Amino acid sequence: MATIEIQNLCKTYGDFVAVRESSFTIQDGEFFVMLGPSGCGKTTTLRMIAGLEVPTAGHIHLGGEEITYSPGSQRNIAFVFQLFALYPHMSVQDNIGFPLKVQGVSRKERKNKVEEVARMLQIDHILKQGVGGLSSGDRQRVALGRALVRDAQAFLMDEPLGALDAEFRDLMCEELRLLHNRVGATTVYVTHDQVEAMSMADRICVMEKGEVLQIATPDEIYARPTSKFVGGFIGSPSMNFLPAQGGIDSGAKSLAVKGGEVAIPEMYQAITSDSAWIGARPEHITLSDQGALRGETVSVEYMGSRQLVVVDTECGRLRVRSDNHIPVKTGDNVGLDFDADALVVFDGHTEKAIDSALFGGTAHG
Amino acid sequence: MIRSAKMLKVGESSGLSKWIAGIIVTFYALVTVMPLLWIVATSFKSPPDSISYPPQIVFEPTLEGYVNLFTERSRQTDEYIEKLGPPETWYEEIVRERNMVVTGPSRFAGRYWNSIFIGFGSTFLAVVLGTMAAYGFSRFKVPLKDDLLFFILSTRMMPPIAVAIPIYLMYRELGLSDTALGMIILYTAVNVSLAVWLLKGFVDEIPREYEDAALIDGYSRFQAFIKVVLPQMKAGIAATAIFCLIFAWNEYAFALLLTSGNAQTAPPFIPAIIGEGGLDWPAVSAGTTLFLLPIVIVTVVLRNQLLRGITFGAVRK
Repeated sequence: MATIEIQNLCKTYGDFVAVRESSFTIQDGEFFVMLGPSGCGKTTTLRMIAGLEVPTAGHIHLGGEEITYSPGSQRNIAFVFQLFALYPHMSVQDNIGFPLKVQGVSRKERKNKVEEVARMLQIDHILKQGVGGLSSGDRQRVALGRALVRDAQAFLMDEPLGALDAEFRDLMCEELRLLHNRVGATTVYVTHDQVEAMSMADRICVMEKGEVLQIATPDEIYARPTSKFVGGFIGSPSMNFLPAQGGIDSGAKSLAVKGGEVAIPEMYQAITSDSAWIGARPEHITLSDQGALRGETVSVEYMGSRQLVVVDTECGRLRVRSDNHIPVKTGDNVGLDFDADALVVFDGHTEKAIDSALFGGTAHG
Repeated sequence: MIRSAKMLKVGESSGLSKWIAGIIVTFYALVTVMPLLWIVATSFKSPPDSISYPPQIVFEPTLEGYVNLFTERSRQTDEYIEKLGPPETWYEEIVRERNMVVTGPSRFAGRYWNSIFIGFGSTFLAVVLGTMAAYGFSRFKVPLKDDLLFFILSTRMMPPIAVAIPIYLMYRELGLSDTALGMIILYTAVNVSLAVWLLKGFVDEIPREYEDAALIDGYSRFQAFIKVVLPQMKAGIAATAIFCLIFAWNEYAFALLLTSGNAQTAPPFIPAIIGEGGLDWPAVSAGTTLFLLPIVIVTVVLRNQLLRGITFGAVRK
């Protein structure tokens, strides 16, 4: 097990910048999830850590050792691929034992290791089978087995659940996290699915267009996104953004929007640009007759304990997650109240969060 | 589920269409196989039977055609043959019934060996070169890749025989005329473009993740190619090899033009039998039958690979 340090890592393909000056450290034993839309550079970063891509610039250290340019085979890392990449011409046990075979481990020792890993993953009954007829869940386990068998310093996973059916995905999510708790290996996990990221990660790294936007724990990233992109990308249904006019003074506690005035956390920072966004999660808006903003209900989705109410206001369409005992139906004119302490204000131009009481002076403006 | 049940029903009720399909396929097979059967039958007929009219379906089989194919004979008088005493071998016996004696082996065996050597040699080279080139084109950044691929393909846009005269002159200057090496180089050059294009398609189908996994598991790029990529290309390589072999095996025009005494292959030799001892159809048929055999054997041996095509069991698409 080891820490992974990334310093100023860059990757360009001709004019296209895949990864731009990334720097971060993945702690020993951490479950680190890289999250972002496709093409954001998360897989490229992972492949550079694995040694499958050569960085254009920057350094990678694994357990204190510089590995930036060493070939993948010398890095002692394990990689789980999205399509599993099980060798189709080999049986399950040959697949799992393959990395050991390449390392020249004796047949007997190999057999023991393979069986041990198979027991842990509960696939010891299919060891002799070919990989062709396996269910996707079992294939996933075999792929994990191949990674686990080699006592690697770090596990790298590239959307390992992407090829699974939805029901399996939840199950494997749980299994993966349990496995991580047991093995405790440093794990770098790439996904575009924020639900997966939120449910498994110790820390999440959100990337967009080759840049690292924020690295934080799931609850931190959910409650205090430092940029509009992160706010919008994380959470389902996603964050509402209300356009606000005019500059903001330091110490401001409310902001004018079309059709009303919204209370916000105390601003610690002034912005001079002429526009801003107020980010409000659906659960931070409540239906209330004395609300700061009024609008017309477009739809009501019943969601069990909650209901999702979509309201058209002068600030655009807002999604409200409200208690389902409040009677509301399509076409109703409703008032909306905001949970002032939980709102995030973003600069209209840079789209970065503005430091406020919510961040307690820690936002990187 | 409902839908698939419905489809099953449609399939069940269409027994008639199955019959029609079966009849069409059988008819087609008969039409294709008839000439081949006729050639094989003729090779076992005696010369009079082979040209009798109406054609003989039932006949007394004889190996005379094969004997004539493999031997040189001369016609002798009865007195001369009687003086020789009883025939020593079974083929001598067949020949003497026609008042002839065997004067030596014919050149067919040598020509046949040339065909095998040149055909399989050039196929092997074309597939090896094609596999490596296809892998390179599929996996690496090759400068001017598209132009190169088009250029490779463009060599197939004209019939090869169009360049017969330049090649003839080149070969004469280089001393490659009438050599097995020359023919192997020529057939390889023609086949390699086909091989690159066919195989590139197969390599493209293999997910890179296999190699990535092998690279991380400790293989070098070349080991990953040999041990992980090649086994998955088996079907593609088999199909490509058969195409290349059929071309090289059947090629007639260049063989006629560029080879004579030394490296001549079977295709230009077989029709030459006709000129040697009159219209000896059984001998020609025997040559043709033997000529067909290797392709039949190779195709039968590789048919599983051919039929299987490429299915990647471990990858879910």
